[in-house]
Amino acid sequence: MRAFTYQRVAATAEATAALARIPGAKLLAGGTNLLDLMKLEIEAPTHLIDIRDLDLARIEDTAAGGLRIGALVSNTDLASDARIKRHYPVISRAIVSGATGQLRNKASTAGNLLQRNRCPYFYDTDQPCNKRLPGSGCSAIDGASRGLAVIGTSSACIATYPGDLAVALRLLDAEIETVDAAGRTRTLPIADFHRLPGDTPQIETALQPSELITAVILPPPLGGRHFYLKVRDRASYAFALVSVAAVLHPDRTGRIAFGGVAPKPWRVEQAEAALQDSAEAVVSIAFDGATPTEQNAFKVPLAARALASVIARARESSDAV
Amino acid sequence: MRFDEPALRNPIDDLTVFGRPVARIEGPLKVTGAARYAYERTELGKAAYGVVVGAAIPKGRIRAIDRTAALASPGVLGVITTLDHDRLPTADMCAATLFGGDVIQHHHQAMAVVVADTFEQARAASRLLSVTYERAEGRFVLADEEPRAEAAPDTENGGPDAPDIDVVGDFEAAFRAALVRLEQTYTTPYESPAMMEPHASMAAWQGDHVTIWTSNQMVNWAVRDIPRALGIPAENVRVLSPYVGGGFGAKLFIRCDVVLAALAARALGRPVKVTLHRPVIFNNTSHRSATIQRIRLAAGSDGKLTGISHRGLSGNLPGGLAEMATSQTKLLYAAPNREIGMRMATLDLPESNFMRAPGEAPGLMALEVAMDEMAEKLAMDPIAFRILNDTPVDPHVPNRRFSERHLAECLRVGAERFGWSARQARPAGVRDGRWLVGMGVASAIRNAIPMSSGARVRLERSGRLTVETDMTDIGTGTYTILAQTAAEMLGVTPADVGVTLGDSNLPRAAGSGGQWGAANATGGVFAACVKLREAIAARLGFPAAQCTFADHHVRSGNDTTSLAEVAQRGELIGEDLIEFGDLGKRFQQSTFGAQFAEVGVDAFTGEIRVRRMLAVCDAGRIINPVTARSQVIGGMTMGIGAALMEDLGLDAKRGFFVNHDMAGYEVPVHADVPHLDVVLLDHPDALASPTKAKGIGELGMCGAAPAIANAVYNATGVRIRNYPITLDKLLHELPPLSAL
Ligand SMILES: Cc1cc2nc3c(=O)[nH]c(=O)nc-3n(C[C@H](O)[C@H](O)[C@H](O)COP(=O)(O)OP(=O)(O)OC[C@H]3O[C@@H](n4cnc5c(N)ncnc54)[C@H](O)[C@@H]3O)c2cc1C
Ligand code: SF4
Repeated sequence: MRAFTYQRVAATAEATAALARIPGAKLLAGGTNLLDLMKLEIEAPTHLIDIRDLDLARIEDTAAGGLRIGALVSNTDLASDARIKRHYPVISRAIVSGATGQLRNKASTAGNLLQRNRCPYFYDTDQPCNKRLPGSGCSAIDGASRGLAVIGTSSACIATYPGDLAVALRLLDAEIETVDAAGRTRTLPIADFHRLPGDTPQIETALQPSELITAVILPPPLGGRHFYLKVRDRASYAFALVSVAAVLHPDRTGRIAFGGVAPKPWRVEQAEAALQDSAEAVVSIAFDGATPTEQNAFKVPLAARALASVIARARESSDAV
Repeated sequence: MRFDEPALRNPIDDLTVFGRPVARIEGPLKVTGAARYAYERTELGKAAYGVVVGAAIPKGRIRAIDRTAALASPGVLGVITTLDHDRLPTADMCAATLFGGDVIQHHHQAMAVVVADTFEQARAASRLLSVTYERAEGRFVLADEEPRAEAAPDTENGGPDAPDIDVVGDFEAAFRAALVRLEQTYTTPYESPAMMEPHASMAAWQGDHVTIWTSNQMVNWAVRDIPRALGIPAENVRVLSPYVGGGFGAKLFIRCDVVLAALAARALGRPVKVTLHRPVIFNNTSHRSATIQRIRLAAGSDGKLTGISHRGLSGNLPGGLAEMATSQTKLLYAAPNREIGMRMATLDLPESNFMRAPGEAPGLMALEVAMDEMAEKLAMDPIAFRILNDTPVDPHVPNRRFSERHLAECLRVGAERFGWSARQARPAGVRDGRWLVGMGVASAIRNAIPMSSGARVRLERSGRLTVETDMTDIGTGTYTILAQTAAEMLGVTPADVGVTLGDSNLPRAAGSGGQWGAANATGGVFAACVKLREAIAARLGFPAAQCTFADHHVRSGNDTTSLAEVAQRGELIGEDLIEFGDLGKRFQQSTFGAQFAEVGVDAFTGEIRVRRMLAVCDAGRIINPVTARSQVIGGMTMGIGAALMEDLGLDAKRGFFVNHDMAGYEVPVHADVPHLDVVLLDHPDALASPTKAKGIGELGMCGAAPAIANAVYNATGVRIRNYPITLDKLLHELPPLSAL
């Protein structure tokens, strides 16, 4: 870990001002991702702005009938909020499928969306990695790629966006609310928040350097039955090989988003019409143009089978009704 | 004491505390954090922190290391590089360079240690070394090196003179003539011991003497190898290893943390401690080699095996040991025609070395699946098939019997308890919702290895007993079972016994590894207690042979004296060494087990989850059912890992193990481990040790993985012969979605 200075801020404007003023400054929320990366010198901020005292830990109703989730709401609080559990259970299920109780207590909503990828070479500073050291090359493309992305990748990087919460938020078409040093706020659809790697895999989101996330805004509830199925080798404490977030309605309409398969939560709206047909039909549209490696080619059929499992569960429970 | 005749009835047989479920005596120290491990010791004074830097190439030379920036970094006290030293001699049975010289043999070989006032300063400075490498081509793929592989001698099963390939009869002819034949190739991956406590050592010098607190399973090997590595006389080294947070083989031998702590402490003239950070452990230290195993079985229609061929291949650095995956096949089943042996290929990967159940763990992962496949070909129940081919003798030397062998009983008892009769012989026949459910079984065998072991037992003036030996407790319960042994022998309770372990100044014991610790170390304490009993009898003028020790008293005829009274007249000491004659040669001494598993395989996703497991163990007298059970369920848990997830992923281009941290190297978490049932049969082995105990620490791992593999087949009808069995390997053979 490199030496850094540290500041604890009481106001959002103070945080964004420091971000704009100090080159190499970074925000610190739960620290469960940033501090790990700093110990390995994958991240080496010169200055940490600790935002945990900001008044951003509330979940409020919006005028539109949705919810506004403060950036500092912990993963645990979010997953156990009664409104979330009743109207957006896919969020609760996605969160509790991830990490551990201890980590979820610490982890914040905004930090979760910004967690960095889990490609093993990204963590290994002895190896080339375009994301960590732009231009050094991608070790994973001809190396260990079993866990990595099959679609949305580039020849520069095939890393996966590893998080679960964002997949659920993409399904719900949540929006990200930010504020910058000039005090300007904006909201971006989550679909535009995470970026595909292209030639610049080191740039992972649409967030600008002095921007701070203040909240995640949920549209009014969609109804339907909510699922989050996370497929992995071991039963817990592992990132998804493939995950499926779904809202399904009895008339066989619904929405589908996938995790563990792409550099961002993967939702292809046109594919959802194929829910009328079959899981394979949805996946063949959603994964059209996939370029898996030999090691991770299984993810495409796995996505279809995981979605089929979700659809079967939806049917079972509607039969029961 | 020489043990060369079968044990007769002796005070241990009273089983007042020996054989009883005594809770760990050091448990409270561990759960309250009061047990201080090597990195936390304070005896040597305030230690500086050393951080090890590993080589970033798998093979080649180091041309130069520029340490200017590291030395200028805050808090840095010194930087020692591999170029500052000649290559240090490695430990016995090891191949990888500990430190020294410019030759890089493998990825993350120690290149330097950076020492600073704090860990953070040392770690930060360690990134400032600038190294110039000259990279050489390496051999990284086991299968590619097969043509150049050489026979690997089996020193454990057959002794040093044993032929490389164990040949009995004419296998090829038997195979040709057989009515039922199986021929399959199985592979097991590279595995990491991944113990909880990282390697750690703290060293300080007084003049030319060095004291080293370390985390090591074998203190007496450490004091043999450290003086050689450091080039100092043996008597100048003291090693202490009272607590070890797991080893699984990774801490059988000294690794670079030991020598770097010592070299740095000498160079800086102050105590230095070094722990290997987790991402370095996987490539710097040792692992279990991958294996490629070809098995051929021949049988008549009656199910009797007429031939067994088991040929294996593992890899290592030049001069390293093979993973003896074929050894157990020499002993497990009868068949008149056999050819069994390992070959070893040279690889430029990190060193492979013993890991829990070396040989048997991966060997049974192949053999016991082959047996399952053969039973199916014969349309026989896999348990009946195994029992039919059971052997009371070493199949190679038919006049050599097993000391005790109750494999068939393990299988029968297990079948009854597990509800084996409910198993559907036809695979893929049981559905439970979306789960395909199946059961599997496997035999287990692991040898009992006699090793001499010493101990000293004092009856102190206070009336307390103290056991002293350099034996280690690697989390297995040694403290407790040695207290039980002394308590049984002297007629007191374990609470009256203090146990001091892991100090090379104390009598040399067998150490912990190869499941030899418990039987041999309790044997050493038994021998020392016999001496102490004689000393007590002599003081009282009692005839030693007629004394009984019970309820804190010594009795001889009608005379009774309390131990407290004896002690008041001055401390008495019994010290001895148990040494083993040729009983182990005359009789094959092994432990046996039957492993049962029930798994569910998600018919959609192929995810495999173990639902329940049972191990039935025949491991001699059980010294303590609590600690024994804990060893067995730990082994079964590692079996779950071996079957379903553990896999050091090789980057064949860059020559290193990629998933070198606990996020990437998946081991079972609690959610993967269901209820594990254990039955410990009671078959004291009078030929094995005076306490009639054998080991059990590795048996629980043997057979666990293939039982799971066989259950996966039974659940799905898909046979995966390449471990670990992960969903991607199953997926394309699962029922089509249209059928679900
Ligand atoms: C062992 C382990 C297992 C895990 N398993 C899973 C899993 O299965 N599924 C899963 O989804 N996640 C998993 N995680 C990731 C975990 O969810 C994230 O580490 C966590 O959500 C990050 O939140 P944080 O508040 O700690 O972020 P921090 O580490 O504090 O910050 C992360 C990043 O976000 C930035 N940031 C934080 N707040 C803001 C803000 N308001 N505005 C702008 N930028 C901000 C920081 O500057 C930093 O760059 C795991 C993590 C670990 C360590
Ligand atoms: S996939 Fe991306 S993160 Fe991984 S090595 Fe390649 S560039 Fe780096």
